[in-house]
Amino acid sequence: MRHLIEITDLTVEEINRLITLAENIITNGRRFSEVCKGKKIATLFFEPSTRTRLSFEAAMIELGGYVIGFSSSDCSSAAKGEMVTDTVRTVGCYADIIAMRHPKEGAPLAASKYSPVPIINAGDGGHNHPTQTLADLLTIYREKSRLDSFTIGFCGDLMFGRTVHSLINALSRYENINFIFISPEELKIPAYIKDDTLKKRGLGFKEVERLEDVLPDLDVLYMTRVQRERFFNEADYIRLKDSYILEPSKLYRAKKDLCIMHPLPRVNEISHSVDNDPRACYFKQVQNGKYIRMALIMKLLELEA
Amino acid sequence: MKIDEVFNGIVLDHIKAGNSMKIYKYLDLDRLECAVAIIRNVKSTKMGKKDIIKIDAPIELNLDVLGYIDSGITVNIIKNGVLSQKFKLALPEELINVLHCKNPRCITTVENQLDSVFKLSDRESSVYRCVYCDTENS
Repeated sequence: MRHLIEITDLTVEEINRLITLAENIITNGRRFSEVCKGKKIATLFFEPSTRTRLSFEAAMIELGGYVIGFSSSDCSSAAKGEMVTDTVRTVGCYADIIAMRHPKEGAPLAASKYSPVPIINAGDGGHNHPTQTLADLLTIYREKSRLDSFTIGFCGDLMFGRTVHSLINALSRYENINFIFISPEELKIPAYIKDDTLKKRGLGFKEVERLEDVLPDLDVLYMTRVQRERFFNEADYIRLKDSYILEPSKLYRAKKDLCIMHPLPRVNEISHSVDNDPRACYFKQVQNGKYIRMALIMKLLELEA
Repeated sequence: MKIDEVFNGIVLDHIKAGNSMKIYKYLDLDRLECAVAIIRNVKSTKMGKKDIIKIDAPIELNLDVLGYIDSGITVNIIKNGVLSQKFKLALPEELINVLHCKNPRCITTVENQLDSVFKLSDRESSVYRCVYCDTENS
């Protein structure tokens, strides 16, 4: 039995195969409509979510399966103090696979040690979000026709941005990726990502504070939201929340084939007037997220069309 | 003092000067009924100064804890007054229930039934990280 807790649980070859399968699903959706007939996914969301939970649910439904679960810890026995490890042991009696989001970092890993069915980490605090990474990789691949040899800029909250950490980890295993980190001093990329992921693999990176300085160099721009829920201090959040706002006026110096990404939800870091720019790819990410989750569910349940 | 003064037991040699009390505490040596000698600041040609601990009983040692506190220690096992085994320690790859994660966002801070597991992330700088949240032990 396999789980997906962090993106490195999958080899590069497995990720590439998932991307191929997702593209096959995009092209031949009907062929996959009964692959999960009779199977159930439990979406255990101890923290609010729109995209990720509905994406998993839509993915399972499109594969012909069923969905059970909850969308807030208030609606589960967690409100009575039940441990997450007991929750998954219980839900594992009802469902074939579990997608879990939890505010505590490492909760899905803890769950995977006790669960009788595969666990998918659908986000654990500010730590990891591997299925968003798969959606991001599929998006980059579909836009650039490759997952190597490009310059990517990560902008905004790079300290608590779990999608950023997972994507860096994933891309560090591909060839010739140039990383640029754009953030205020207080929200810089954590040392362990720089030390363990990049420096250990001999990969170079650049850290800057101004987006304008590096925008013309970028092939991919990955914007992030400054997340209120990750701050213990409201004053720090208010001071940093508007550090970067992407507007059409800033994009005139960017490459014509720049791929602008964002894991969403956004607050105001990307102006709505950017949405009609053909370089805006963030809603494509949402769409791709469903397809790659379909592919992942099939892989973890060891099913084929 | 010579190591053959222990008849059946253990001598921990080449302890970095000052670490012996830490080891005494971590290994719960105060709970032993047998004789335990802590010798501090012994002159050493290699180390300048070192500590030595002698335990006059063949107890089971948690070598992971020992290796974590001081990977330079030499363990001497004495049987019937003779040195039967001698080995150096190294930093263990994994520490279970030795360190505790200080990240308030980590699942181990709220679910006490979980083992606290740290993995060696950088041998050169002796950095361990929590397997659940990747927080560095400090």
